[in-house]
Amino acid sequence: MNVLYFIVQQMMYFAIPLLIVALGGMFSERSGIINIALEGIMVMGGFSGVLLIHNLEGQMSGQGLFLLGILVAGLAGGVFSLLHAYASINLGADQTISGTALNLFAPAFAIFTTRAIQRVQQIHFTNTFFIEKVPLLGDIPVLGALFFQKTYLSTYLGLLIFLIASFVIKHTRFGLRLRACGEHPQAADSVGVNVYRIRYAGVFISGVFAGIGGLIFVIPNSVYYNPTVNGYGFLALAVLIFGNWRSWGIFWAALFFSIMKTFASVYSGVPFLRNLPIPQDIYNMIPYIATLAVLAIAAKHSQAPRAEGIPFEKGSR
Amino acid sequence: MRSNSKKVQWQQVSTGFLSSLMAIIAGLVFGLIILVIVNPNQAIPGFLRILTGGFGNSWQGFGKVINYAVPIIMTGLSVGFAFRTGLFNIGASGQFMVGAYTAIYIGYSVKGLPAPWHWLLAFICASLAGAIWGAVPGLLKAYRNVNEVISSIMMNYIGLYLVNFLIPMTVYDKIKNQTKSVLKTARTPTLGLNKLLPKSNLDIAIFVVLLAVIVLYIITKKTTFGFELRACGLNREAARYAGINEKKSITYSMLIAGIFSGMGGALLYLSHTGTYMQVKDELLMQGFNGIPVALLGLSHPIGIFFSGLFISHITIGGNYMQAYDFPVEIIDMIIAAIIYFGAFALLFRQFFTRRLTRRASLALADEPSPATQGGGVDESKTVHVDKEDHV
Repeated sequence: MNVLYFIVQQMMYFAIPLLIVALGGMFSERSGIINIALEGIMVMGGFSGVLLIHNLEGQMSGQGLFLLGILVAGLAGGVFSLLHAYASINLGADQTISGTALNLFAPAFAIFTTRAIQRVQQIHFTNTFFIEKVPLLGDIPVLGALFFQKTYLSTYLGLLIFLIASFVIKHTRFGLRLRACGEHPQAADSVGVNVYRIRYAGVFISGVFAGIGGLIFVIPNSVYYNPTVNGYGFLALAVLIFGNWRSWGIFWAALFFSIMKTFASVYSGVPFLRNLPIPQDIYNMIPYIATLAVLAIAAKHSQAPRAEGIPFEKGSR
Repeated sequence: MRSNSKKVQWQQVSTGFLSSLMAIIAGLVFGLIILVIVNPNQAIPGFLRILTGGFGNSWQGFGKVINYAVPIIMTGLSVGFAFRTGLFNIGASGQFMVGAYTAIYIGYSVKGLPAPWHWLLAFICASLAGAIWGAVPGLLKAYRNVNEVISSIMMNYIGLYLVNFLIPMTVYDKIKNQTKSVLKTARTPTLGLNKLLPKSNLDIAIFVVLLAVIVLYIITKKTTFGFELRACGLNREAARYAGINEKKSITYSMLIAGIFSGMGGALLYLSHTGTYMQVKDELLMQGFNGIPVALLGLSHPIGIFFSGLFISHITIGGNYMQAYDFPVEIIDMIIAAIIYFGAFALLFRQFFTRRLTRRASLALADEPSPATQGGGVDESKTVHVDKEDHV
């Protein structure tokens, strides 16, 4: 049983950032803007958040500081993503190109700035955010150990974001308009929807989510920030496509991928798996092979938002 | 008629070149501004050092530029070729790594082959490995409708861990924590280049790259096969309607893209620069660097060749930045800015095209052929379309 608890707890550290960032990607892509800049935006968010935490450590600690860091990370991600929005919405630029530019820029900027300030590349921080046990809820048998022990505030925040995001995109006027802009912007435009503004909103939300994802990816996994997120943004992109651009699909895809990934990283802590004659690198490969296999079976009917990647020009047909 | 279409082609090339040049200038200015903000005193000398790049250090600097450019031009060709055919090959990194490993493995473990043949064998096997790694996303896209971006990303990581798994079993030097040296017979032939240009560490790799550029140019521009691939990139449905087997085309596009990345891996690790592979949980950056190279080169083989040389040039210049008290990452920021401004290419192009068409129409004023002129304008529009990719 302890093994199960351990695996689930570990899994959350992987799953939540993936989930949030992929949801962000959903808002951008359902509005019609391809966002391969998720990786770069994550780096930017993680960088700003950790920099803030590093600087305020003397005065604050615990969940308050964590929340403040998340706020700043989200804002930084949102603002950074506006560069992508401007190029792809106002200038009609190739969205892959501008996304790639952001991906290149973010780590370079983060390292450059850190080095210019303090000479070394890593930013250290003290992790005061770990929650050993949630009061009351943590004492529930089984469930408590699974979901309310050895955790972070970000887990619940992530799930909350998921619930809100899936409600917004499915059941609100804004969500409907956003989806319309991604499927048929001319039709949306003809009924008075401001396509430009909706797309800006989509990209901005994706930036905020990716920024937050960048910070909460770093916190549980490390004690210092080294400006990279190890391709997590690209994985989130994969989760987004795997989840068929839909919130529940993304939820299951993120879960599936992180279960696989967790096995790879914790198998040595699980006696049964450790005793199998399989080397580490094979375990590491499993999540990616499994995803490919599932896609090969399931992707036949996957359909990207129809107007994705096509710049909208008012008055064009 | 004929001369007019030539003129239009030339116009496309020149506007493309001008827009890239504008992007480069804008990116460099951006870099200069950053330098001035960080440290005004050192900004100008530091900036000049970036521009000097590989020059100013005799043949050694020149050799560095070429050797750094070789792999990124190859991955640039890989990415650019896929772009041309409407696919985004973000998997150049994985293809590069399996190619690199295969080259090292053959170079180390096959014994008794004479000099150029051993190298050739390693080189060819590496490109085959790259081809396999590229073909998988191609097949999945063509027959199972799997988005090539996601499958290439997956193949990157599968390749990474596979190589990490194989290196310790086959070609590992535990003490130095890197791959063993390949045999002398497997090194890329130098043809005396390294003696002619002392300390340059040069070999014929750059000529292999040139050959690849020419071959790619001929395939895409002069053959029916290349035309079919590009047609698929422009419009899959239309291509299918025209009787092109679009599934086969997609597979071949990715396979060929993989070949170039695999070759890049071989050329880097069979070179004379003393580069070894290490066992790390990190994708090699040469694969990802192919993306900006391809973008700056507007996905055109010749453009990619020069953009690779340019990016290599300022990167080598940037390596000296610490002498001026600047972090070397300034170069990556400049490259990112160049690519970002390159995304404004549409604006630049519209500007230049308008000017050029106006001039052309003035020249054609006494020649009453509105039809051909209309055709010319249309063709210049297709340039934008063919840069569009389907992620």
